[in-house]
Amino acid sequence: MEPHEHSEECKEIVSLLSEYLNLELPPGACQEIDAHLAGCPPCIEFVESLRKTVELCKRYQPAELPEPLNIEARAQLENAYEKMLNARKKASL
Amino acid sequence: MTGDAEAFNRFVEHFRAKIFHYTWLMCGQREDAEEVAQDTLLRVFESFGQLREPERVRPWVFRIARNACLMKRRKSVFAPSQELSLDDLLPTWNDEGGHGKLQIADWSDLPDRQVLQDEMRQAIERAISAVPENYRSVILLRDVEELSTLETAQILDLTEDVVKTRLHRARLAVRQKLDEELRTGDRALHRHAKGGYHGAA
Repeated sequence: MEPHEHSEECKEIVSLLSEYLNLELPPGACQEIDAHLAGCPPCIEFVESLRKTVELCKRYQPAELPEPLNIEARAQLENAYEKMLNARKKASL
Repeated sequence: MTGDAEAFNRFVEHFRAKIFHYTWLMCGQREDAEEVAQDTLLRVFESFGQLREPERVRPWVFRIARNACLMKRRKSVFAPSQELSLDDLLPTWNDEGGHGKLQIADWSDLPDRQVLQDEMRQAIERAISAVPENYRSVILLRDVEELSTLETAQILDLTEDVVKTRLHRARLAVRQKLDEELRTGDRALHRHAKGGYHGAA
């Protein structure tokens, strides 16, 4: 393969990659990107790193958990919930 | 409590954790995140009658949480919005010797679809937290919470095109930060990627 240059076309492709990965692009645009990627190993490498970034974000679960509800906060929520149920009952009559 | 206690507990437990995580990553303060979660749930129960489409409860709750989060931030530190430039988020091109190569880490060791270990989870947390707020809220809703573009646009009062633009730049910024950690770290992420993951998600 010829030495690759960081071309304007590469930058154009990179600007569309999230929509490409989200399958939000029209078929023609996807085909153009596929054709570019077929001849551009650096862009393939870059797409792969972006795809893994998205995967990692989707699998991310924060370790921090909220403190257990204290008695007062729980009572506030239960009270609001009861009022909501009563309002719905009245509305359905 | 005379209502459906089990439904109440499930709803509160699920959304309290979700709202806490969103707010914690937006505000960075545990106490603020706890308060926003409580305020949001109260508001949700108080205004449940306004929810017209019950199947859209998740984006509706997040919109209330986002507003509560904004109110909380107005009371604390005002953070001006920042813009991310696409050019600044692209990897450097190294053309030494006539054979071009991107200055990019080796991502091939990072496996897909597995539960994240602590080191990687912390790296993602650092990367997401470093993204400017106006982009961070989008990546949290779109990629972490997996809400749709339309739902995210409605929650944040943005157009769908702006959501798409911000999501892309946020992803590029997170990618760049993780790439830096993979390249300059002590390879801890790679070690954990290879041996430290466990179980399939």
